[in-house]
Amino acid sequence: MIAMIGKFRSRHDRVLLLIVFWLLLALLGPLCSSHDPGAIGSQPVFSAPSAAHLLGTDYLGRDTLGRLLNGIRHTVLLCFASTLVSCSVGTFLGIAAVTARPWVEALTGRLADGFLSIPSLLFALLVIAVFGTSTTALIVTMGVIYTPGAYRTSRALAQRIARLDFVTVARARGESTPYIILQEILPNMTGPMITDVGLRFIYAVLLLSNLSFLGIGVQPPEVDLGSMVRENMLGMAYGSPAMIVPVVVIGVLTVGINLALDSSSGRR
Amino acid sequence: MAATIQVENLEIVGRRGKGAELPIVRDVSFSVQRGEMLALIGESGSGKTTVALSLLGHIRKGCRIAGGMIRVAGYDVTALSPHECRSIRGRVISYVAQNAGSAFNPALSIMRQVVEPALVHRTLPRRDLEARAVSLFRALALPDPETIGERYPGELSGGQLQRLMAAMALMTDPEVVIFDEPTTALDVTTQIEVLSAFKAVFAERGITGVYVTHDLSVVAQIADHAVVLKDGAIREAGTVSKILFQPEDPYSQALLAAAEPRSRQADLAGQPEQRSLLDVRNLVVGYGQRTAAGLPEKVIVNHVSFSVPKGRMLGVIGESGCGKSTLARAISGLQPWAAGELLLNGEPLAGNVRERTPDQRRHLQLVAQNADSVLNPSKPIGQTLERVVRFYGGLRGAAATRRVNELLDMVRLSPSLASRLPSELSGGQKQRINFARALAADPQIVLCDEITAALDTVVAAAILDLMKELQRDLGLSFIFITHDLHALQSICDRVAVLYAGQAVEVGPAMALGKGVHHPYTRLLHDSVPLMEPGWLESTRIKRADEAMPATLLNSLSHDPELCCFLERCPDRVSGLCDRVPPPVRSVPEGPRVLCHLPASICSEFST
Amino acid sequence: MNSQTLKLIGRRFFAAAMSLIFVIVTVFAITNVLPGDATDAVLGQGATPQAVAVMRHDLGLDRSVFFRFWFWLWGVLHGDFGHSLLNGLSVADAIGPRLHNSLLLAGASAAVSVPVSLFLGITSAIWKDTVYDRVVSIMTLGMVSVPEFVIATMAVYVFAVRLHLLPALADVGSVHSLRQFLSVFFMPVASLALVTLAQMVRMTRAAMADTLSAPYIEMALLKGVGPIRLILVHAIPNAIGPIVNAVALSLSSLLGGVVVIEVVFTYPGISGLMVDAVSSRDVPTVQACALVFCVTYLFLTTFADVVTILSLPRGRKA
Repeated sequence: MIAMIGKFRSRHDRVLLLIVFWLLLALLGPLCSSHDPGAIGSQPVFSAPSAAHLLGTDYLGRDTLGRLLNGIRHTVLLCFASTLVSCSVGTFLGIAAVTARPWVEALTGRLADGFLSIPSLLFALLVIAVFGTSTTALIVTMGVIYTPGAYRTSRALAQRIARLDFVTVARARGESTPYIILQEILPNMTGPMITDVGLRFIYAVLLLSNLSFLGIGVQPPEVDLGSMVRENMLGMAYGSPAMIVPVVVIGVLTVGINLALDSSSGRR
Repeated sequence: MAATIQVENLEIVGRRGKGAELPIVRDVSFSVQRGEMLALIGESGSGKTTVALSLLGHIRKGCRIAGGMIRVAGYDVTALSPHECRSIRGRVISYVAQNAGSAFNPALSIMRQVVEPALVHRTLPRRDLEARAVSLFRALALPDPETIGERYPGELSGGQLQRLMAAMALMTDPEVVIFDEPTTALDVTTQIEVLSAFKAVFAERGITGVYVTHDLSVVAQIADHAVVLKDGAIREAGTVSKILFQPEDPYSQALLAAAEPRSRQADLAGQPEQRSLLDVRNLVVGYGQRTAAGLPEKVIVNHVSFSVPKGRMLGVIGESGCGKSTLARAISGLQPWAAGELLLNGEPLAGNVRERTPDQRRHLQLVAQNADSVLNPSKPIGQTLERVVRFYGGLRGAAATRRVNELLDMVRLSPSLASRLPSELSGGQKQRINFARALAADPQIVLCDEITAALDTVVAAAILDLMKELQRDLGLSFIFITHDLHALQSICDRVAVLYAGQAVEVGPAMALGKGVHHPYTRLLHDSVPLMEPGWLESTRIKRADEAMPATLLNSLSHDPELCCFLERCPDRVSGLCDRVPPPVRSVPEGPRVLCHLPASICSEFST
Repeated sequence: MNSQTLKLIGRRFFAAAMSLIFVIVTVFAITNVLPGDATDAVLGQGATPQAVAVMRHDLGLDRSVFFRFWFWLWGVLHGDFGHSLLNGLSVADAIGPRLHNSLLLAGASAAVSVPVSLFLGITSAIWKDTVYDRVVSIMTLGMVSVPEFVIATMAVYVFAVRLHLLPALADVGSVHSLRQFLSVFFMPVASLALVTLAQMVRMTRAAMADTLSAPYIEMALLKGVGPIRLILVHAIPNAIGPIVNAVALSLSSLLGGVVVIEVVFTYPGISGLMVDAVSSRDVPTVQACALVFCVTYLFLTTFADVVTILSLPRGRKA
């Protein structure tokens, strides 16, 4: 356990680096495009890449690159926000379960078990049917879906750390619970929790893309990577970049983070 | 005649992760003649297990043999194909693993696993094999030899599994048996049973083998020749009596000096008896619902009483599961107790550390068990110490830094360590920081929970020296919780012997080994091997006879009032011990003992 | 089987029952928390108050939430999931034949993916760190990293658009011969199997690799046990529990995947119905479909846990 905390540091750094990269792309990317992403031009639809449109045009003749950068912004920001929700709430509850009175753990544990007995896509469908597809609804829904998982990870981590002797000594010294959580437990959780953030971020990207692809995620005129594939499905017959590129971007995003996560956990 | 085992210039290298290959075993050569037992002595990381496994042609992942020759019973092990290797393993050469609890497959019955080596080599039909296994079980003094094979590993104790593993190794009458620390994980009273069983079988069958261990007194009992390994290289080789009594290499001498029982006691004879600093009175700790009597369902610490005088060291000794750690947690205020009381300087201590006064918390400090997890891995050493200095003394800035340097000096460490992270320190250094942290509170009494258990002998000996120094220089009191009787005897003034949660004996540490004691204390004392060849044969440990039927005992052993040692006691009196709770008896000039037997006949040491 | 085992299984069934109650309550609660109710969705903004009141009364929306819960639960227990807000037809009738289709698709995919992934997972754990293992690892990593619709659309692109081998849509009604059956089912089943496979291979490999690193496996090697016996006698009996668990957990991705696959191929299953209902906010239909899915999933995980309990070695049951 102790060895793990030190050994995997570079892995967390890699995951963190990738997430920061995608966040920057999401925030700055749309500024780089000269085209108005919503403008329906006089261009032909599904045109091939050209100097004016580096990735061609989509089913309405819009610039694919501009749409793509916007799609990345929605996918990354939505998923990052929901990951922040699930990981912070999950970590908070996980630590509370370990440090608070026993009934807290019993209650949160039961709730997590209950939520985990509902498959995530199903839960999303159920909630969206009622609350609709607003940005807030999507973030909260995905946040709630991945909270039980983050809760379990952080609870297991906190439990292991709380059993270590240095925490025992701090408790015997009479340190307050906030001090023990903030100074003794949390600093040793950050590394593994960043890994967890990476994992949940991937899950969120996959879920959101699926939802948007099904037409019940991000709604037009907004666009994310999943809905971009959906609206450009007709372009498949022409091998249009408007349909293929977002698929590739999703793959690069998730495979990249997965590889960073996997690089030192899988083999020893 | 050619030696049965011959190893010449063995070199094994290994890599961790993607790093460069590092030598693990360097230029090791030794030989073992037929009928001899060779001890491979070394501390953790010495490469002794790697050498032992290489004799079976088994090299762990990431390692490889870089040079040298291994010849076992006529086979050139380094040159064998994987298939040929399989054909000699378990048939010509067999292996007894360190931790039988995990080396037995939990999903298969004992008998299936014990006969397996013989079965895969088709030496005999299964029926004959099972008969042979039963005779081996009997020879190894296992209970119910006829039926023990039908049971599963999870249902048996560590000592039984270790003997079953030896039976498995002997099934095929191999030419060579490798024992890899087979008794290290066992309690001493179990260890001696296993060692006796091994020794009897060795004598009967004339076994050739290699015995890997770090325990020199075990070497004295088991081996004929010995090799001392350090960092993968041989430091010294020779007969056991030469290694144990005339070691030439400085490292062997250091090992020996650390293992030699020696007293670090100052002469307290003339000094007046000190007032009591910490009193434990009838402490009961347990888990679960309260019963009608107001006691917990599962009692872990059962009416324990003792006191620690100012400036003295009290040792608490007991086997795994006897409740020592729970006792430590209760004293530290981390585990509430159900009954009894705890007094520090005559004032009662609250069961919860949060309800104790700051001064009470400062005066009583805990030094926890595991050197690897005792320091917060994400904080530099200096910060860890400074926190305690500020928490209790309110020191900040330069004053705090000065105090930290002072503390590091007190535990004989350089102030430059303050900026290091725990992962950059050795086990011994971490344990010293662990002490420094307790000292930072300027305590009156320090509670040490198994602090030497995970350390190598030489490092542990240095920690014991440090404790004694601190006791002398600062007038500190200690409670030293341990399972190691030698360590306890070498530094403690008083001793409390814990068995199944009860303090069966509390008395002066000097008196251990002589005079009158509780039967369990005597068993414990007699079970610790001495560094004398032949000690194992000469020692006569009285064991409980089978006169009292187990069924009767079982029905009674649930009564927590009765003697907790009843089932294993060699001196128990039928009709008394299994009916009436034992009284507390005080031996004049000796310990306070929880036993029925009158002092005159109570288990007097014959020596 | 001893009393300890029975006790553990009993406890597991109790937990499953608790989860079932949780699921039922959650499904009902989520669909009933909104102040604006189904009448808005169906009648629209411009509805007269009278029309709203009539519809509210018809749907029982003017009663207390507890009454509605019991009323709904009572119906569910009798196979009555209410009526669709869209067309007023019985939800149970709409689900019936589609559930059959969905189970057929999921079952066929599981029948393909479970044996294949057991084989791939176990073999890559045995040959850990070989080229074979790396190839399997990279491929499965790639597959778990892309959303389900990507694999399905890729299949359509390759087999229907490029090669013109198979129809892009699954017209279940037109199946009259084995050839037609294959041409209709091949792509949905293959896509769904692929989606599930990746996850299952990875988890099976992890479970098996964990068992293979146990000290008793090294001990068996040192006893001279051969590779086949090592795997069959020593490793599999200990790995079976974790592997079954891994498979059951992966089947949750089957349930998620089935939704996407059915939509891509316009396969007439229950999830197509559900997605449409979600878009049109047809709450009774969504409720019913969600319940069916959750109960199926609960059944799978409970079954897996019972197998795990039965495979626990004696003396190791805590």
